[in-house]
Amino acid sequence: MYTQALNTAEADDRGLEDAARAAQFQVRIDAEERIEPNDWMPAAYRKTLTRQISQHAHSEIVGMLPEGNWITRAPTLRRKAALLAKVQDECGHGLYLYAAAETLGSSREELVDAMLAGKAKYSSIFNYPTLTWADIGTIGWLVDGAAIMNQIPLCRCSYGPYARAMIRVCKEESFHQRQGYEIMLTLCRGSDEQKATAQDALNRWWWPVLMMFGPPDATSQHSDTSTRWKIKRFSNDELRQKFVDATVPQAQYLGLTIPDPGMTQDADGHWRYSEIDWTEFKQVLAGNGPCNRDRMAARRKAHAEGAWVREAAAAYAAKRAQRQTAQAAE
Amino acid sequence: MPVANIQVSETLLVLYALRRADDALILGHRLSEWCGHAPMLEEDMALSNIALDLIGQARELYTYAAKAEGKDNDEDKLAYLRDVRQYRNLLLVEQPNGDFAQTLVRQFFYSAFADLYWRAMMTSRDTTLAAIAAKSEKESAYHLRHASEWIIRLGDGTDESHARAQAAIDHLWAFTGEMFAVDEGERALIHAGIAIDPATLRGRWLTTLSDVVGEAALVLPQNDWMQQGGRAGRHSEHLGHLLSELQSMQRTFPGQTW
Repeated sequence: MYTQALNTAEADDRGLEDAARAAQFQVRIDAEERIEPNDWMPAAYRKTLTRQISQHAHSEIVGMLPEGNWITRAPTLRRKAALLAKVQDECGHGLYLYAAAETLGSSREELVDAMLAGKAKYSSIFNYPTLTWADIGTIGWLVDGAAIMNQIPLCRCSYGPYARAMIRVCKEESFHQRQGYEIMLTLCRGSDEQKATAQDALNRWWWPVLMMFGPPDATSQHSDTSTRWKIKRFSNDELRQKFVDATVPQAQYLGLTIPDPGMTQDADGHWRYSEIDWTEFKQVLAGNGPCNRDRMAARRKAHAEGAWVREAAAAYAAKRAQRQTAQAAE
Repeated sequence: MPVANIQVSETLLVLYALRRADDALILGHRLSEWCGHAPMLEEDMALSNIALDLIGQARELYTYAAKAEGKDNDEDKLAYLRDVRQYRNLLLVEQPNGDFAQTLVRQFFYSAFADLYWRAMMTSRDTTLAAIAAKSEKESAYHLRHASEWIIRLGDGTDESHARAQAAIDHLWAFTGEMFAVDEGERALIHAGIAIDPATLRGRWLTTLSDVVGEAALVLPQNDWMQQGGRAGRHSEHLGHLLSELQSMQRTFPGQTW
C-alpha cells in the first residue's frame, strides 16, 4: 500500500460540510493560506485536486513514451545521456505527483488503475508521434515550455503539497526547456537538411502545443471553482497568450517560421494567433489521436508484464516481516 | 550515403579501453531500453540511473581510448562508427533484456564483477584508468547492491519469480567466463601494472554470487562450458540489431553536428 495514513476521515465527506466550515475554508484561501493534507476541505476541492494532480502525474508517465522513443537512437553519447536523464526526471515528477495526490486519500494503485482503464486522462500532447530527432528538441522547447507556463502559477496553488511539488518540477522543466531549445539551435545552425527537420517538427507540434492550455475560456468547464479556490490563477487563454508571446521571438531567433500565416503582432506587442482547430483537440481527447492506442497499449503492457515482479516484491516483503516478527518473539 | 566504419589502431592500451567502454555502453544501452516500460516507476528510475552511470563510464573510456590512439577519433566516432566486428564488449552485456529477471541477473553477474574489477584497478599505474576506476567502483557498488536485493526478492518471492530468476541464471551463466579471460596483449598490460588480472577476482566473485544466490534459495549451475568471442569481435546475433538502432542517426546523416 502506498497510501499514507492521514486524517482524511470519511466523516469529512459524510455530509458534515456545513456552510460555516466552507466559509471558513474560503477565508483561508482568500488569505493565501496553504491548505495542508490534514486540514478540513470541501469534498469537491479534494476531488478537483485529486483529478488534476493525478492527471498531471499520468501525463508525466505517459510523456516518457514519446521521448523514450529516441533514447536508443540519440545521435551522440552526450545527447543520449541528456535525454535519458530528462525522461528519468519526468518519471521522478510522476512519482512525486502521485505522492502529492496520495495526501488527498487515493492510493497510487487506484489512480494508475483508473488511467489504465481509460477512466483518467493525461495530456493530449503525448498522443502525437516523435518521428525525427528534431521532435525531441521541439518537445523540450515547446511542450516543456508550455508546461512551465502552466505550472509556474501552480507553485502558488492553495494546496500545499501540490504547490511544493511544482516548485521542484518547474526547476527541472526549465532545464529541459533550455536543453530542447539548444537541440533546436544546433539543428538550425546545422545543414539544410537538419534545419528542415526542425521546421517540420515545429509545423507538426505548434498547434497541438497551443491546445495544451485547454479549451478557450468561454467553454472551459472547471475554471470558475478552480479560480475561486486558487488552484488556477490564470485562465487558459491568458496562459496561451503568454506562451505565444514568449515563443515567437524564440522561433525568430532560430530562423524558423511559426506555421500560422495569419499571425500578427498588435499595437501592444501581443502576437495574435489564428483560430485553433478544436475539432482535432476533441478527437484526440476522445481517443482518436495518432498515438492514443499505442500509448495506452505501452503502459498496459508494462503494467501487465511487471505484475509478477510487483507480486514477488510484495511476497518477499511479507515473508521478511513475518520472519522479523518470529525472531522478535523468540 | 551511409558512413563507412572508422579504422582504429588498436594498440594494447586503446584496445583495453575500448573493451571496457564497449561493455559499459552496450549494457547502458540495454538498460535504457527499459525506460518507460519497467514493472514499477521506481525501477524506471533505478535502471535509468544505472544506465546513465554506465554511459558516463563509456564516455570517459572512449575519450581515453581516442586520446591514447592519438588520431582524429573521438567518443562518438568510436561508439557510432564501428561495426559489430569492431565492437569488443563481453557477450554477457549484449544479451537481450528478456524479462525483468533476465535483466537483473545479467546486471548482477556483471556488477558483482565490475565492483571487484574497478576497485582493483584503482591501483593501476595509468593514472587516467585509476581515476576512471575510482569513480566506476563507487557506481558499481551501488549497482551490485540494487541487483543483489532484486535477486533475493525474486528468488525468495513467489514461485513464478523464483522460476524466472533461476531460468535467467541458467541461461546467462555461460556468458560469465569471458569476464575472467585474458589474451596475450592484455597479459602484457597486466605485467606493466596498467591492468589487473581478472582471474584473481574469480574466487571473490563466486563468493558474492553464492552468498546472494544462497539467500535467494537459488542455485548456480554446475555447467562450466563458457561462451567466448566478444573481446575479439565475435558476437551473438543480438549485437548487430542493437548497433543498427544505436548508430542509425550517425549512419543516416553522416558528418553532422548534433
